[in-house]
Amino acid sequence: MIRVELIRRPQQSALFSALSPFIAFALTLIAGAILFWLIGKPPLPALYSYFIEPLTEIWSVHELIIKATPLILIAVGLSVCYISNNWNIGAEGQFIFGGIVGSLLPILVPGFGGPLLLPLMMIMGMIGGAAYAAIPAFLKTRFNTNEILTSLMLVYVAQLFLDWLARGVFRDPNGSGFPGSIRFPAVARLPEIAPSQGGAHLGIVFAIVAALVVWFMLRSTLKGFEVRLIGTSPRAGRFAGFSASKMAFFAFLTSGALAGLAGITEVSGAIGQLRETISPGYGFTAIIVAFLGRLNPIGIVAAGLVLALTYLGGEAAQISLGVSDKVARVFQGMLLFFVLGCDTLIHYRIRLVRRAIASALEKS
Amino acid sequence: MKKLVLGLASALAIMVATSASAQDKYKACFIYLGPKTDGGWTQAHDIGRQYVEEKLGDKVETAYLENVPEGPDSQRAIERFARSGCGIIFTTSFGYMDPTLAVAEKFPDVKFEHATGFKTAPNVTTYNSRFYQGRYIIGKIAGKMSKTGVAGYIASFPIPEVVMGINGFLLGARSVNPDFKLKVVWVNTWHDAGKEADAAKALIDQGVDIITQHTDSAAPMQIAEERGIHAFGQAFDQIEAGPNAQLTAIMDTWGPYYVKKIQAAMDGTWKGGEQSWDGLAEGILAMAPYTNMPDDVKAMAEDTEAKIESGELHPFTGPVNKQDGTVWLKEGEVSDDGTLLGMDFYVEGVDDKLPQ
Repeated sequence: MIRVELIRRPQQSALFSALSPFIAFALTLIAGAILFWLIGKPPLPALYSYFIEPLTEIWSVHELIIKATPLILIAVGLSVCYISNNWNIGAEGQFIFGGIVGSLLPILVPGFGGPLLLPLMMIMGMIGGAAYAAIPAFLKTRFNTNEILTSLMLVYVAQLFLDWLARGVFRDPNGSGFPGSIRFPAVARLPEIAPSQGGAHLGIVFAIVAALVVWFMLRSTLKGFEVRLIGTSPRAGRFAGFSASKMAFFAFLTSGALAGLAGITEVSGAIGQLRETISPGYGFTAIIVAFLGRLNPIGIVAAGLVLALTYLGGEAAQISLGVSDKVARVFQGMLLFFVLGCDTLIHYRIRLVRRAIASALEKS
Repeated sequence: MKKLVLGLASALAIMVATSASAQDKYKACFIYLGPKTDGGWTQAHDIGRQYVEEKLGDKVETAYLENVPEGPDSQRAIERFARSGCGIIFTTSFGYMDPTLAVAEKFPDVKFEHATGFKTAPNVTTYNSRFYQGRYIIGKIAGKMSKTGVAGYIASFPIPEVVMGINGFLLGARSVNPDFKLKVVWVNTWHDAGKEADAAKALIDQGVDIITQHTDSAAPMQIAEERGIHAFGQAFDQIEAGPNAQLTAIMDTWGPYYVKKIQAAMDGTWKGGEQSWDGLAEGILAMAPYTNMPDDVKAMAEDTEAKIESGELHPFTGPVNKQDGTVWLKEGEVSDDGTLLGMDFYVEGVDDKLPQ
């Protein structure tokens, strides 16, 4: 009998740490090819239509950017949380709340226009997301509640609240009873970057700026040092005079504000009205993006684009090869699985122990 | 090297060949809300698509996208089809209305057909089915078959289409049992087997002994079968889900309509801006076999079906009162289509407050 043990490596290879997302991606491709082969589709054309075809046309690249924008914005914020050991799982709820609060002006004050409208909407979206994220931060610091649970449960509260609004008080009176607010006027729509080519809106600019700012903050400022120090060793952080409670608020408010900004850019840019659902789970997929990007804001930009590609590729493969849309989910799952697998093998090595030796070892 | 060149050349030849054959065929594309095997609404559309392939054979090529959520994802899916050479695109859910129009504006040469909507454009038509005719028939059956005199209705969204179905059902039931009552549960989704099943259970627990639905899955039928009560299939013959429960089903038979419109598009006779609203007579809906009921009820149902088909009977014929007791249709008066398509009120006897 053979037992498998994981032994922590004394040193981790920096090279493989950097390479692991790429290795994971390559493994996903190989596993994907086998998967396509097993269901009787030609593997190479399938992978082509999945990962290359969406990039061959400019409008499709725009769609990729639209899909990646909320993922990047949310994941950048989450990286601050996760590095500082604050487990915000509720970005989906903060995204929704940002969308709601940001939409208040165009829905409740339809006559209000002018150049101030959009900036105000964006700021209100950030405030909405941050305020919603403050709840689990407060509960964690004041009552020592588990923020994973509270932030996750608040997602459902936000979803149902939005549902109630879109079917109730915010419903378009001329919408024949169908849920959803009025369609936003042009002044309340986030402008498109290149309208002649495709629909990508200004949100991607926000996402890249956010990634750069957070990257700089984490790398080169005292605050960034504080984030990392409290994350790796709260005790050392205390000796250095940093407050873990303040850090919890900082991390939750930052990620909440970015998730809220993502919410209002999605509503104002991609959707154009407040609907009963505004997210196909961006707040959760962003968790994959954050880890795939190794909690590094620049890596997150790349990871966001890759995850967005799996969504679009799912559609392309469905049209050209008739494979089920579920394959997209399988790819996302495999990607995360291989990333976590690679990480585990970077931190640990596998040792096979024969049962006899193992029991001998235990005795000694 | 020679082999490589040869390989490349043959690959190129294959690509040219496939693109040439693709050009010969007319491409008709379909966007589905649910999975194509949902046992209801989407499957009925997909059977329509298969009917097109069967009838038009080599002249046409079809494609579909399933599980496309309403909202920005649907706009991208429709646009992808418009760019991939589709000549005509059928968008088969009410919520695709604005996305369909947005894409149609960008692609004036592509033809769009939107199911159950009310907005058109020079290259967008709408098509719908007079489901209320079927609802009236199943209402009459429910009026005869229910022992408690109360039926349950699993409704999706409070849009005119759904309200019309509820009213049609109740008018049918009340034509045989004037005291008939109807309980309504709004699940606020077109397709969510879990929610639909929960709604069915809740209704049965409240004492209804017949359920019907305006949602897409076969889950309510399965619950009815489990609990030993009766139900009506929706959009699709659900007899497999409820061999003892199903009395009949309102089957959407989109196939002939799809063939007609795709043929028109190929012939160049397709016209935009039209709104099609066919019924039993035109064959866009049909009743599944009447099962699990006594012969007299079956005879009544067949008779009603024949009368509606011949135009002798219109389900929305007065006298009909609104829920608040005021008169809607006077004796012998028949509702016009406009009122039906914008219906935002219940008729008398619905035990529910219409969500406003």
